[in-house]
Parts: sequence; C-alpha cells; structure tokens
Amino acid sequence: MRRRALRALLACALAAGATLISGCGDSGPKGPVTLRMWAMGREGEVVGELVHDFERENPDIHVHVQQIPWSAAHEKLLTAHVGGSLPDLGQLGNSWISEFGALRALEPLDRMLAESGLGRDAYFGGIWDTNVLEGTAYGVPWYVDTRVLFYRKDLLRRAGYDTMPTTWAEWKKCLEDLKRTYGAKHWPVFLPTNEWMSPVVFGMQAGSPLLADDGTRGAFEGPEFRRSFTWLLDLYREGLAPAIGFNEIANKYQEMERGTIAMMITGPWELGEFARRLPDSLQNAWSTAPLPGPDGPGVSFAGGSSLVVFKGSRNPRSAWKLIEFLSRPEQQVRFWRLTGDLPARRESWADTALTADARTRAFGEQLARTVPCPMVPEWEEIATRVWEQTDRAVRGAATPDSALATLDRTVDRLLEKRRWLAARRAAKATGS
Amino acid sequence: MSAPLAGRQARAGLVLALPSVVLVLVFFFGPVLYGLWLSLTDFDLYAIADPTSVRFVGLGNYSNALGSADFWNALKVTLWYALVGAPVSVIVSLAAALLVDAGATRAKPFFRAVYFAPVVTTLVAVAIVWRYLYQPQYGLVNALLVKFGIPRIDWLGNPHWALPAILVLAVWKNFGYNMLIFIAGLQNVPKELHEAAQLDGANAWQRFWHVTLPALAPVSLFVSVTTAINYFQLFAEPYVMTQGGPLRSTTSLVLLMYEQGFRWWRLGYAAALAFLLFALILAATVVQLRLQAKRKPA
Repeated sequence: MRRRALRALLACALAAGATLISGCGDSGPKGPVTLRMWAMGREGEVVGELVHDFERENPDIHVHVQQIPWSAAHEKLLTAHVGGSLPDLGQLGNSWISEFGALRALEPLDRMLAESGLGRDAYFGGIWDTNVLEGTAYGVPWYVDTRVLFYRKDLLRRAGYDTMPTTWAEWKKCLEDLKRTYGAKHWPVFLPTNEWMSPVVFGMQAGSPLLADDGTRGAFEGPEFRRSFTWLLDLYREGLAPAIGFNEIANKYQEMERGTIAMMITGPWELGEFARRLPDSLQNAWSTAPLPGPDGPGVSFAGGSSLVVFKGSRNPRSAWKLIEFLSRPEQQVRFWRLTGDLPARRESWADTALTADARTRAFGEQLARTVPCPMVPEWEEIATRVWEQTDRAVRGAATPDSALATLDRTVDRLLEKRRWLAARRAAKATGS
Repeated sequence: MSAPLAGRQARAGLVLALPSVVLVLVFFFGPVLYGLWLSLTDFDLYAIADPTSVRFVGLGNYSNALGSADFWNALKVTLWYALVGAPVSVIVSLAAALLVDAGATRAKPFFRAVYFAPVVTTLVAVAIVWRYLYQPQYGLVNALLVKFGIPRIDWLGNPHWALPAILVLAVWKNFGYNMLIFIAGLQNVPKELHEAAQLDGANAWQRFWHVTLPALAPVSLFVSVTTAINYFQLFAEPYVMTQGGPLRSTTSLVLLMYEQGFRWWRLGYAAALAFLLFALILAATVVQLRLQAKRKPA
C-alpha cells in the first residue's frame, strides 16, 4: 500500500519533470532562448525593428537576425541545410518551398497553425497554396508579390480609354488603338522577351496547368498554353509589343516618360520606383490596373516570401511565436510602411492607408485572383526554359509549334527524376 | 654492406614521405575518385533528402553535357577567356616586366609593388570599383569615350561587350603575378650576351627578339602554361561582375559547373562537367608543351 503510493508519487514527479523539460525546451521559465533568423535583402535590413518589439514582449526570447543578400540566399540555404547549420526560422521565397520541402528541411506547421487559429481563410488563397505540399503547410505567407499593369492614364485617355479593359479582346483593341494614335515608334505595351512572366501568366490565365501528371511532365503543348502562346506572339507580330528584352531597353522609366511605352506588367516594388523616377509633371498621369484575362479579369501569379521554421530547430515553439507576431495585421502594415512589401493577411488590407491609394488597391484586387507557379523544385529552371523558347519564337528562330515541342521535350528531361521517384513510390505502395 | 644501408635509407625515406603521401591520397585522390564516381551518378537535390534515390547512369551525364547548348556556350566563352585572355595577359605581363626592369633603379620596387597590388587585392573590392568604372551613365570609361565622341557602351549589360569587359578586368587583376616571374627571369639573362650582341651592332629590338626572348623561353613556357590553366578555370570575375549574364555571354565552364552543382544542386552533372574541363585543360597543356618543344631545336 505504501509502496504503491510511493510509486504513484514517483510517476507524478517523473511526469512533472517531463512536462518541465518539454516546457523549458522552449519559452519555459528556465533561462532565455536565443533564436536565429535569416532574412533577405531589404526585409533583412528592417525586420530588426519589428523583432525589437517582439523581444520586449517576450523578454525570455532573444532573436539574432542575420541579413542575407538575395543573390546568395539560395546557395547559402542549401549549403547550410547540407551542413546542418540552418537557423531556427527564416524568410523563404515561396517558389523555394517545394524545393526545401523535398529536401525535408522544413518543419510542418499544421499543429501550430491550428493552435493559433490561423489558416487559409486569413490569407489570399493563391498565395497560401504556395506554402502547402501534399496537404501540409510548411510556411506562412509574410508578404505577397504579384504582377499588374502599370500604365500612362493620359495616353490611354487620348486614345479613348478612361479605364483599363478587362478582357483579352478589349485589351488588344485598346493596344491597337494606342498604336494607331501614337504611331510606329511607340509601343503600347512592353513585355520583355527575356522574362518568363508574360508567357507564364498568360498561360495561367488561359487555364494551363503548365505542368501535367503531378508535376512530372510539361503541359506546354496542351490547348490552353498553345492558345495563350499564339495570343502573346500575335502581340509581338503586330507590333503591339516590341520584340526586345531587358538588356535592349536602356531605361524603361525614361521610355514611359517619353510615352514610347504606354504600359508594362510589373510588380509592387515599381510603385516606389515610378514615384521616384517619373517627373513631377507625370505623377498624376500613371496608374495601375489588374490584369485583363481571356474573358473578364484575369489571374496573375502568386509570389512573395513566407516565414518558415527549419527542421532541426531546437526552439520551434519560440520560432513560431515570432512568426505569429510578424503575422499580426498591425505588424504587417508596419512592415509594409517600412519596405513597401504588400501584406499577405487579408485583414491588413482593411487598413485605410493601404486601400486609400488606388495604385496599391489594384494589387489588392489582383491578389484575390492569383495562381501559384507549379510547386516543383525544378520550377525556376523550367521558367528559364519557358522564356528562352518564347524568345526564339518571337525572334522567328523557331515556329510556335516547334518552340512548344522543344519546350516540352526539355522540361520532360528536367523532370525525369520526378517521374522515376513517382514510379518508385507507386511500386512500393503496390508492393507492400 | 651497402644493401641493408640502402634498405634502411629507403625505409626512413618512406616513413618521412608517408605523412604527405597519406595526405595527398586522402585529400586529393580520395575526392577525385569520389568526384569520378559522382559524375557517373545522378546525385541531385532528391538524393540529399533520400540517398537511396541515387542512380548509376554511366556516361549519361557526359552525353547530356555534350548535347546541351549551355555546355557548348560555356565552352565557347571559356575558350575566349583562355585563347584571348591568357595570351594578352602574358604579353601585358612581359611588357610590364620589361618596363619595370628597364626603369630607373630607384623606381623599380615602387612599380613592382603598384603592378602587383591588384593581385593581392580582394576581388570583391576590385569588382565594386570596376563596376563604377563600367557604369553606363556615369562610369569613367564611358566618360572618356564620350569625350572622344564615341557613344556610350553598356559594358556589363550588353551581351557583346560584357565578355571583353570581364577580360580586361581579369588581365588587369592578374598580370602582376606573371610580371614578377618575368622580372626574375630577366635578371637571369646573362649581361655578356647583351653586350656581345651590342658589339655586333644589334639594335634594341633585335636584342630583345634574339637574346632576351630565347633566354626567357623556360620562364615563358611556365608562365603561359599556368596562365592558360588559370584562364580555363576563370570563375570569380564573371561571378562577381555579371553572374554569367547577360544572356549567358560570360558564363565560363567553371561558372556553369558551380551553377549546376550549387545552385540547382545537380552534383552528378556538375562533377561530369569538371572532368570534361579537366580533359580540356590536359589536352591544351599537352599541345602547349609540344609546341614549345618543337620550337626549341630551331
């Protein structure tokens, strides 16, 4: 009897000890925790300011932010993963999530998300989906990036357009009218041929999955992509877009100022650049608009950065606490003020400052219609192949058909390993 | 009597050599053999997460490389670096060595130090300065061009000019090292030969061509072989200046290898590229040695 009581007491003590240990592995009362965080470029420069407040709220957590240049970020992350020296948490371009997921370098976040009551509905859907691999969330959107039209309102008005058209057909008509109004030396829209943005986004708009068979084959010869591809090539062929790349245009802001270019498709960072680089006289003459689509407002791509917890972090709970803090709507707005990066949380957009500006509002509208790029580690390289083949077709080095056939062939070769892995998985599943 | 001594000596020699032999085996041949094995597999991103997904692909990586436009482009760029950059670098080094050697004795150490300075300066710092020089709008190079009525050139942004721009930087950065070797070689040219030639009525050019240059032959051989090898492996200059762009016009083989290996993490393929580059450098060196050997008896 006494013995049993003793045993019970011992079990209690053990259990208490266990909870204490699991508790102090994190923000428990025992000693302060130091978190290491990696952030890139401009975000890395200013996130310290936000982190400072986080530390004040959580005196037991100390955060060490290391700033990493974007140009070296990818290599550094991979090398750190192989060398086992990844930090506790970090910023990750959302196109890299699938890659680091394949490497098993990320901590699944579903449980912590559920506890915090955060989920897909709090965010823009397309952007949220870039963080989900096979049903599990591995990242939380931090800020978002998408592409919209930047255009000269005054030039459009003189050609008879008060607002930007919303369908492909009307938009093309508008481009033709601009061309007629301003003449051969003017280009209604600048779509650089050495960038994957236009072929990919128009493909998405036409409903192309870009990759088929669970991301193991190219789908560029499919009817959807073919439709958008022909449509895009027509813009170049009819002189509505100049068949040149970035390198061949000295200064696109100057061309916008001169009016040789009336519109271009680009991202949120240009809001600041346009305000800075266009002369005062034109500051009321430019605006932004969501992208037109095949039949009504079109989709754009879902970009941006996420916050992730790296596998092997000894303080995943504290890391999550910081992510939770950075995801608060008011912190997101603050971050927007510091960087110009657009908040990923829908709630932040209720802030009047964000929606007061019509140019920013166009991004808000577009963000409701975004599609993620294919979630395969090879995507970045595939995207390069897409513009290379588009460039060939634009310059007449290949017919549209042969360019698309080459593209699918190249992409299929890049994805060979994925097909083999899938086949192996399938064989294992049926074998067991 | 002598046999055991020789044996003892041989043993002692072996023991003394052992540490370095082991080091070379472990840290040189080991990785090389591992690299060779790697080049026959498809070691990639997926293999890091799951080692069982590595497959033996035989010469697949090699045939892929030979069938890819990127490889041939990088090869072309590398040949530019090696066949234009290396000779220019050697000629500039020789010219600088002659100038420094012929200069007033007191100025010699000064110029030696000045010309050698770029070699020991960190490339990243150098790159920042040169990017300013090449800046299309406000750069010093274009400012000079404009002064002479030549239109501005976007040195690092234009696919036709980026390669020459990188070459100029590379030559400027590296010629000091070879210059030192040439200066050492010049000091070993016997004075009597020059005096004799002068007595025979040879002018300065003839003395250079018939006395200095032949006397420098062994030095030149060494310099041209090592320089060519270095230019075949040019990496840091395009990496920090242009990241291989624009339009891959400055992507050397080593840069391509780095991209494949450490950007896309396709280590098997990158290893195959390394062995292809090795074969290329080996062939080029053999050709160089043959050419020099042929010239000698003449």
